[in-house]
Amino acid sequence: MDRFRMIFQYFQSNSESVMNGICGLLALASVKMYTSFDFSCPCLPQYNMAYGLGIMFVPPVILFLCGLILNRQSLVMLEEWRRPQGHRKKDLAVIRYMCSSIMQRAMVAPVVWIIVTLLDGKCLLCAFSGSMDPEKFVGFANVSTVQVQQLLAKVPCKDDEHMRNNTSHKAVSRYLRCWSQALGWSILLILIIAAFLARWLRPCFNQTTLLQARHWSNYIDIEQKIFEETCCEHSRLFAHKCILHFFESVRQEIKLHSFSLPREGEGAEGEEDLWGITDQDQVNKLLKTWYYEKPPLNVS
Amino acid sequence: MDKFRMIFQFFQSNQESFMNGICGIMALASTQMYSAFDFNCPCLPHYNLAYGMGILLVPPFILFLLGFVLNNNISMLAEEWRRPQGQRGKDPAVLRYMFCSIAQRALIAPAVWVSVTLLDGKCITCAFCTSVPVETLGNASHPHLSQEEIQRVLARIPCKEIYNGQQLIADEVAVRYLRCISQALGWCFVLLMTTLAFLVRSLRPCFSQAAFLKSRYWSHYIDIERKLFDETCAEHARSFAKVCIQQFFEGMSTDLVAARCHPPRKAPADAGEAAEKLLGITDQGTMNMALKSWHRCKPPLHLHPPALPTGNGWAGEGQPPTHPSAPRRETAAYYSCV
Repeated sequence: MDRFRMIFQYFQSNSESVMNGICGLLALASVKMYTSFDFSCPCLPQYNMAYGLGIMFVPPVILFLCGLILNRQSLVMLEEWRRPQGHRKKDLAVIRYMCSSIMQRAMVAPVVWIIVTLLDGKCLLCAFSGSMDPEKFVGFANVSTVQVQQLLAKVPCKDDEHMRNNTSHKAVSRYLRCWSQALGWSILLILIIAAFLARWLRPCFNQTTLLQARHWSNYIDIEQKIFEETCCEHSRLFAHKCILHFFESVRQEIKLHSFSLPREGEGAEGEEDLWGITDQDQVNKLLKTWYYEKPPLNVS
Repeated sequence: MDKFRMIFQFFQSNQESFMNGICGIMALASTQMYSAFDFNCPCLPHYNLAYGMGILLVPPFILFLLGFVLNNNISMLAEEWRRPQGQRGKDPAVLRYMFCSIAQRALIAPAVWVSVTLLDGKCITCAFCTSVPVETLGNASHPHLSQEEIQRVLARIPCKEIYNGQQLIADEVAVRYLRCISQALGWCFVLLMTTLAFLVRSLRPCFSQAAFLKSRYWSHYIDIERKLFDETCAEHARSFAKVCIQQFFEGMSTDLVAARCHPPRKAPADAGEAAEKLLGITDQGTMNMALKSWHRCKPPLHLHPPALPTGNGWAGEGQPPTHPSAPRRETAAYYSCV
C-alpha cells in the first residue's frame, strides 16, 4: 500500500519523465507503423507524385496531432491560457515555456517518420521517378515522350512486365535512392546539431527566467492533478455520508411505523450493521426508495 | 482493507486512464481480428460490392455496439436517465457528459477497423474492381466483349488465379490503382478523425471549462455513490445472512432440545468457544437433519429479535412475520416422529 503511494507520488512529481516516455513510445509506434504499412506505388504518371508525397507528409501531421492529444500538459496549458485572471496573475513566460515543451515533444514522432521514409527511399522513388531526365539513362533515351513518362512512372514497380526486361530502371532506382538517403541523413544531422546547440547554449541566455518558468509550469501541472485527486476523495466521502444518511432515514422510518417497544441496549450481534432492516419487505422497500427517490445532495 | 481502498482510490482518480486502457485494448483487438480474418473476395459482378462494403462497414458497427456493452458506465447512464426525480434534481449536462465520454471511447475500435481495412486495400479492391477506368489504364478497344462480359472479367481481378483479362487490363495495374485510392482514403480518414479529436479536446478549455468541471465531478460522484451503495448493501446482506443462519441453527438446536425427552447434556464449563460454535449440533444424525432442513425448508427472510418469548411470535414487531407457520410445521413433524 505504501508502495502504491510511492509509485503514485513518483509519477506525480515526474510528469516530465512520463511525457518523455509517451514521446518515445509514439516514436517507436511511428517506426512500427511504417514497417507494417504496405507501400504500394501506383506506377501511374499522375498518381505517383501525389501518392509518394502524401505518404511522406500526411502521417507526420497525424502523428503530430496525436502527440498533442496524448500530452496531458497541452490541456493544462490551454486552461492556463484561457482562464480568467481572478486572484492569480497569468505569466506569459510560463505559458510560452509549456507551449514550446509540448511542441518539441510532439515533433519527435513526425520527424522520425520523415527520416525513416527518406532513409528507406521508396517514397521519393515513387514520387520523383516520373521527373527524371530520360537522357541520362540509356534504356529511356530513345523512347517517345509519352511513352517515356509511362515507363518512368513504372520504375518503382520492379515486378511490372515492362520493367522486368529493362535494366535502366535499376539505375533510376539507385539514383533516386541515393538522393533520398543523402537527404535523410542530412536532415538527421542538422536536427541533432540544432538540438545539441540549443541544449548547450541555453544556459547562456536567460537561465533564471527558464528556471522560474519550468518551476511554475511543473507547479501548475501538479496542482491540477492534486485538485482532481482531492475532488475524487471529496466525492467519495460525500457519497459515503449521503448513503449513511439514507440508511439512517430508512431506519427512522421503520422505527416510526413499527409498534415495537423501544429496546435499549438489547441489539443482537451485528444489529448496527443491519440498520434495523431485518425483513425481506424492508430490504425491498429500501431498494425501491433508493431508485424512486434518491436522497438530496445535502449532507449538512 | 486499507490496500483495497488505496487501489480503489488509485483507479478512481485514474478512472480516465483505466477506461483509456480498455479502449486501447479494444483497438488492438480490432487490428488482431482483421489480421486473423480470412478475406475471401467472391469475384462475381454483383457480389463483390456487397461483400467488400459489408466487411468494411458491418464489423465497425458490431465493435461500436460492443464498446457500449463492455462499458460499465452505460447502465449507470441509463439508470440516471430513467430514475424519477424524487428529492434530487436531474442535470442534463451530466447526462450529456456521460453519454459523450462513453460514445467517444466506443468509437475508437470501429475507427481503427475502418482505417486498417482501407490501408490494407483488399476491401476496396474487391468492392470496386468492376469500376476500374479501363479506357485510361487498359485496352478499352478490345473487341467483341459485351458490357456484361467486361464486368464479369473485371470482377475477377482480385482473384489472380482465375483472372483471364490480361489483354483487357493487366491485373497488377488495376490492383495497384485501386490500392493507391484505398490507401489515400485510409490516410485521409485517419487524418480527419485525428483532427476532429484534436479540435474537440482543445476547444473545450476555451469555451466551457467551468461547466465541464461540474459535469465531470458529478458524473464521477454518481459512479462512486453507486459503487458505495452496492458495497453497503453487500455488507448489509452479509450481516443479514449471518444473523439469519445463526437464528436457523439456534432454532434447530431449540427444537432438538424440545424434542429430546432427556435434559440436554450440559457442555463442560471449560469447553468454551468451540462448544458455542457447534450450536448444539454434536452428532451426525443431527447434522444431517440440519442440512435436510436447510434444503427442504429455508427459513423466512425475517430476523426475529433475540429476546422473543417462544410462545408468542408477535411480541416485538409490528410487522407480522411473513411465514410464521413454516418452522412450526417442522416442529410438529418432529413430535410425530417421536
